[in-house]
Amino acid sequence: MSIWVLRGLRDGVVTTRWPRRADEYADNWRGPAAVRPGNHADPAELDRLCPAGAIAVTDRVRVDQGRCILCGRCVAARPDVFAWSKGATGPAAAALAREALVVPGAPETDEAVAAARAALAARTRALRRSVHVRHVDAGSDGSEEWEIQALLGPVYDIHRLGVFFTASPRHADVLLVTGAGTAGMAGPLRTTYEGMPDPKVVIAAGADAASGGLLGDRLAGVADFVPVDVWVPGSPPSPFAILNALLMATGKLAADGTADGKGANR
Amino acid sequence: MTITSTEPSVAALWESLAARVARGERFAGLSASRRDGALTLSAHTAHTAHTAHTAHPAHTAAADGIDTLEASLPPGAVSYPALTPEIGAAFWYERLIHDETGVIPEGHPRLAPLVRPGGPDDHVLPRHVAGYGVFTIPHGPVRSGVFESMEYLVETPGEAIPHLNMRIFYKHRGIPARFERAPISDGVLLAERTEGIASVAHALAFCHAVETIAGCEIPREAALVRVVHAELERIANHLDVAMRLADAAGLAVATARFALHKERVLRLVSGLCGSRFGRGVVIPGGVKTVPESTELRDRLGPLDREIGTDLRILLGTSSFLDRLRGTGPLLTARAREHGALGPIGKASGYADDARLARPYDAYRWLDPAPPAEHHAGDAQARLKVRAEEITQAFGLIRRALEDLPERTEVTPSAPCRPSEGRATGWAEAPQGEVLYDVTVEDGRIARCQPRSASFHNLVLMHEVFAGDILTDFPFIEASFGLSVAGAAL
Repeated sequence: MSIWVLRGLRDGVVTTRWPRRADEYADNWRGPAAVRPGNHADPAELDRLCPAGAIAVTDRVRVDQGRCILCGRCVAARPDVFAWSKGATGPAAAALAREALVVPGAPETDEAVAAARAALAARTRALRRSVHVRHVDAGSDGSEEWEIQALLGPVYDIHRLGVFFTASPRHADVLLVTGAGTAGMAGPLRTTYEGMPDPKVVIAAGADAASGGLLGDRLAGVADFVPVDVWVPGSPPSPFAILNALLMATGKLAADGTADGKGANR
Repeated sequence: MTITSTEPSVAALWESLAARVARGERFAGLSASRRDGALTLSAHTAHTAHTAHTAHPAHTAAADGIDTLEASLPPGAVSYPALTPEIGAAFWYERLIHDETGVIPEGHPRLAPLVRPGGPDDHVLPRHVAGYGVFTIPHGPVRSGVFESMEYLVETPGEAIPHLNMRIFYKHRGIPARFERAPISDGVLLAERTEGIASVAHALAFCHAVETIAGCEIPREAALVRVVHAELERIANHLDVAMRLADAAGLAVATARFALHKERVLRLVSGLCGSRFGRGVVIPGGVKTVPESTELRDRLGPLDREIGTDLRILLGTSSFLDRLRGTGPLLTARAREHGALGPIGKASGYADDARLARPYDAYRWLDPAPPAEHHAGDAQARLKVRAEEITQAFGLIRRALEDLPERTEVTPSAPCRPSEGRATGWAEAPQGEVLYDVTVEDGRIARCQPRSASFHNLVLMHEVFAGDILTDFPFIEASFGLSVAGAAL
């Protein structure tokens, strides 16, 4: 047994310092597709590029990051119009309203987000010290569970931030939902949500949970089953993006994305 | 070489299937599709090293492929004689066919819904075991911890588990239907998301089928890069199993160590292609991205050493092995009868590794060594198989990188535009063989039936609880290392 003590000491501290300090891996993370600024030539056929239907051309070209499955087809075909977004953390890495996942956003979205932020902050004031999270898979492809599981590992170690996973919905403050929203999980998901005490927050993690992703023609994500507060794009979202959303949902991140001294210490 | 033969009737199909299985071929899958109003049943068999033993002494079988056998039901038929009484491995396949088509396999032992919610009966707890104090524990679909959704119905008098039932329909997403009429390029994306933790293997199996239809030969570099990614995926999956087993035993440091190793492997993969799951690498005709081989080689060395040391210590930690030894045993005879895939089969003395028996891509000339023989069939043997596969995977990656030119200027892929045809593609995922039966019409996917190793192997969980008690459950589940997404589709 004692040999494990030595093995445990072997690599020193491997835990990220984020959100206190920047993390290189998080900052260089390749996120969903985004639209380059400026006017674009021949936008007519652009929406056909996307297999998940994330591109819309109306008054201008927009990408719905809630649908983007990060296949990169648009970036490869039209690098003049589309580019990868960068970074897995910060205010842009999760949205407080579904329409805020559409980039570039419309001005009225900003108002909706501001209202959602204020409402969420009022609701989650009590959650700032320590939160318990209940994860529910509502039809994921399995990769999201790996990324959430990673948060419990030594690299992300969410316990240092006062975030814990709980088995019982009765102990949970946050419902972390993954998956495209299958018919079979509608009931269990709803029951879990109803079993949680108020105040509670729901996070939809990943493009599948936000919109059904590539299965968007038959499954619509989880918002029909539970009221979603925080939306995380990605297919699957990186562990940093999920961590970012967890801290954002519980008021442990300031609006500018930096650590809020009152909650996220150490 | 893939051979498709059409039988005159379902009875004739079963007869020829049974004869093949008796010869040592492995039952590899059964599906149904509606074509021109008639229902067609397609069965797959694999030529294995076990088949070859009688005919060919060498490890390389002459007819190294997957055969497809078909028979159509008469128009308007609402039932057919079930295969399950003859070949037990068809148990879940026929339930799936019943769910999807409504056609009844007559004589099937238990025709309960598998991937479709069964309605009001879903809340009734089934009871198969009678006895004083026997009760049923429903475990799931929302389970304690971060798990994929599925339900275990454990019938127990308190400790022993005389009967276990599984419900996987919670996660049924309708993947095969989504494939229909999709462009080929979308098909790869779908395959990658069929079983997210084995994205590379699923993309490979799909692409192999498509490439066979198109008659497309992929460039040498692409074949090597495919092996690199497939083996990295294998390492990550096996580390996940080691981590879960250590966690089940409460070995905090070991859990953290394997979580760290797994994170490092996933970061290595994301450094190569942008995705932590190797998505977007495999495309029909080759690969999209070529890794920088020198840098990768430098990073592999320390990773290999550290993982190897921790695995050696884990397999020498007696308090840990006490929990694994004799836990969840799958008998060799049952493994062979069922055609158990991947590490589960290997641990029970039934090894049919597609990389060896039906080699594809660079496995053709990298020639991986046959796995060591195991017969214990318990959780410990399954972990040993995985530990050996990790070591072998590092060796294969290193050899693939040696073959890979320092820097490739062009993207190594050949044009691959299939217009019409049908083929079966396969790849050895970390969980075992993945099979894709793809039909292309007018340059689009007409039908695509994925069959993951998770689907084929998960049903074996019914049978491995002999003498094991409730606290063994997490060890048995982790040692199987399967994904519900791949099973429920």
